[in-house]
This record gives sequence, C-alpha cells and structure tokens, in this order.
Amino acid sequence: MNPVVAFAAEEKMNPLLPAWPEVIIGLLCFFIVFGLLGKKLLPSIEKVLADRRDAIEGGMERAEIAQREAQALLEQYRAELAEARHEAARITEQAREQGAALVAEMREEGQRQRESIVAAGHAQIEADKKQATAALRHDVGSLASQLASRIVGESLEDSARQSGVIDRFLEDLEAKAAASTAAAK
Amino acid sequence: MSAVLTSLASEGSCHFGGDNGCGFPAPGLNEFDFKPIFTVGSVDFTKPMLLAMICALLVVVFFWAAFAKPKLLPGKLQLVGEIGYDFVKRSIVLETIGKKGEKYVPMMVSMFFFIWIMNIMSIIPFAQFPVMSRIAFPVGLASVVWITYMSLTFKKHGFVGGMKNLCWPSGIPGWVMFILVPIEFFSNIIVRPFTLAVRAFANMFAGHLLIVVFSVASWYLLSPTLGALYGTVSFGVTVGLTGFELLVQFLQAYIFVMLASSYIAGALEEAH
Repeated sequence: MNPVVAFAAEEKMNPLLPAWPEVIIGLLCFFIVFGLLGKKLLPSIEKVLADRRDAIEGGMERAEIAQREAQALLEQYRAELAEARHEAARITEQAREQGAALVAEMREEGQRQRESIVAAGHAQIEADKKQATAALRHDVGSLASQLASRIVGESLEDSARQSGVIDRFLEDLEAKAAASTAAAK
Repeated sequence: MSAVLTSLASEGSCHFGGDNGCGFPAPGLNEFDFKPIFTVGSVDFTKPMLLAMICALLVVVFFWAAFAKPKLLPGKLQLVGEIGYDFVKRSIVLETIGKKGEKYVPMMVSMFFFIWIMNIMSIIPFAQFPVMSRIAFPVGLASVVWITYMSLTFKKHGFVGGMKNLCWPSGIPGWVMFILVPIEFFSNIIVRPFTLAVRAFANMFAGHLLIVVFSVASWYLLSPTLGALYGTVSFGVTVGLTGFELLVQFLQAYIFVMLASSYIAGALEEAH
C-alpha cells in the first residue's frame, strides 16, 4: 500500500468536474424519459383525467340542467293552470252574463207578447161587444116593434125606425144604467 | 487504479485492534471512481452510466405500465402513477408557474422522477450508488433547465427585455441599480445553474459518503474486543442514515424541480 500512489490516483479525480461521456449519457437518458412521457404517456393520462373530470362534472351539470328544466316545466304548468282557471272563470262569468241577458230578453219578449195578446184580446172583445150590442139593439128594436105592432095591430116598424124612437130609448136606458153603476161605486 | 484495488482488497481483512497493522480504511473520493465495465475507444463505460440507463428504463417502464392504457376507473398502478403525476403537476409546477405552467408539466414530471430514481439508487442493494453524486448528471439536467429558462426569457421579452427581466429588479431606487444589476446578472445567469447542479450533486455525494463511512466503520470495528459495541452503534447509524437519505433523495429531486419551475416562472413573468 503506497499512500502516495493512492493520493495521486485520487487527485486525478475532481468530483466537481463533469465527465463528458456521463453528461451525454445522462442527457440521453433524460430525453428518452422526457420524450416517451411527454409525447405519449402523459398526454394519454391527461386525456383520461380530463375525461374523468368531465364525467363527474358533466354528470353534475346534466343533473342540474335536468332540474332546471323540470323547474321551468313546473312553472310553465303552474302558469298554464292559473291561466286555464282564469279562463274558466272568465267563461263562466260570460256565460252567466249571457244567460242573464237572455233571460231578461226572453222576459221582455214574453211581456211584449203578453201585452200584444192582451191588447188583441181586448180589441176582439171590444169588437164582439160592439157587434153584439149592435145585433142586440137591432133585435131588441125589431122585437119591440113586432110586439108593438101586434099590440097595435099594424106595422110600426118602418116609422118607428125612422123616428129613431127605439134608439133614443135604448140610449136613455144605457145612460141610466151607467149612472146607477157610478152611484153604486 | 491498481492501488485502489489493493486498498479495496485489504479492507476486508482489516479490523479494529487487529494485529496486521492496518488502520481504518477511510473511504474517500475513490468511492466515486469506478473501474470501467468496458471501454469504447477512449470512453469508459462505468457503473453510474449503467445505473442512469437503468433508472431511465425504470421510469419509462413504470409510467408505461401505469399510463399506456389508461382507464377512467384507474387500477392500482395507474392510481399510484396518477398520484405521482398529480403531485408534480399541482404541488410543484402549477403552484409555482400558474396556469401557463401546463406546457412545462411533462418536462418537470420526467425530470422529477428521473432524478428521484437516480437518487434512490443510493440505497438499492447492488446499485448502492446515487447517480446524481456524479456531477455530470446534475450538470446535464441543470443545463437543460438553464437553456429552457434562458430561451423562454428571450423568446418572451426579446433580447433587451429579456436582459432587463433577468438583471433589472423592479421597485428598487435608481442609485442601488449600479450595484444590484451586476449582482442580479451574476446570480441569475451564472450562479443559478451552478447552484442547481451542485446542490443536488453535493447532497447525494455527502449522503453517500456518510453511509459508506459508517458501513465501512461497522465492518472495521467488528472485532472480539470493545470494537463490537462501536461496530453495533455504527451499524445503527448506517441504518438511520439510510432512512434519512431516503428523505433527502426525495427532497433533492423536489427542490431541483421546484427551482427549475420557479426559474421558468421568472422567465414567463410579465415585464415590469
């Protein structure tokens, strides 16, 4: 063991001086690692990580969208229901109004018809009465004349008629009857 | 080289209080010097190179198995990969750079896991060597970071704007500038990549040396005398240090990527 030789051997090696073959091998090794990881392996895992994040976040997002949609639909249904109710109320109200108007109209119509019927009846009665009165007056006149001629023995018919005796008599009678009914009242 | 081999061979038989007259075979820089596995021309192919390749292979194989056929519902391996990926992406890159950082996530993820696995090699049986304790590896990675943030700075701000971004801190009174600008220039352009590389290197270097010292000492102290007690304590320290190193290995990978992200964030900062 010669310490001088050993020292000389050690002195030749400076640990701070890089050996070029090692630098080259080291860089080569690093770039092989970097190349394979950077070009192939890390992009592929990055894609999967992104997909996974997407799957998780996407699921949540989809659920949120579905919920929002459901909420919107519910709102819409509620709005439609409210509108339908409103419409129904409006239609009912309208129908009621129309019904009332119809009833009023019918009532008025009925009233009018009744009135016209009554009026027609009255006119008819009046006419019948006049006719009857005229017929009666004629009959009474002729009967009275006949009776008188029987009694007198001759025909007075024409002269009596001419003189208007009968008519006057009957009018007197009527006036008397009217006066008595007025007094009775 | 033959001297180193002789010293290595003599280590095995050397014990505390032994009568063959040898002292403690203190491990030194020779622990970081490997005899070549094979030689191509003047280039030696050594164990750290092999380990670096194995580390790259491990990272690629792991992420291939985890992410090559990703599923929406992840399997166990994919879940572990996703946790690692998400950790670097969210807690380091996006936290430091913000939304613009998305573009640099693959680079930072690759860097983090590559460095971490190279560090972990320190405590893997048979490997037992942190690749990052060979300064060539951190230097290579730090230069990648340096080129990235320098080119981003000049691409975003142009040459003058880029220099201003690197050397002209905002909100400082004018008369301080003639001191501060050279300091900023020196710190941001020259020191940054150097510290980035040396920090990772030195931590792994020191950690490995500590573990080696205590494990060699455990063996050396193992003797029928009082040494057995010392040996046991030394072994306990080795185990403790191994656990501690596991933390440091992670931390150094984290710090490396964190700083790289913050340099990129600085480059992408709006002009002020």
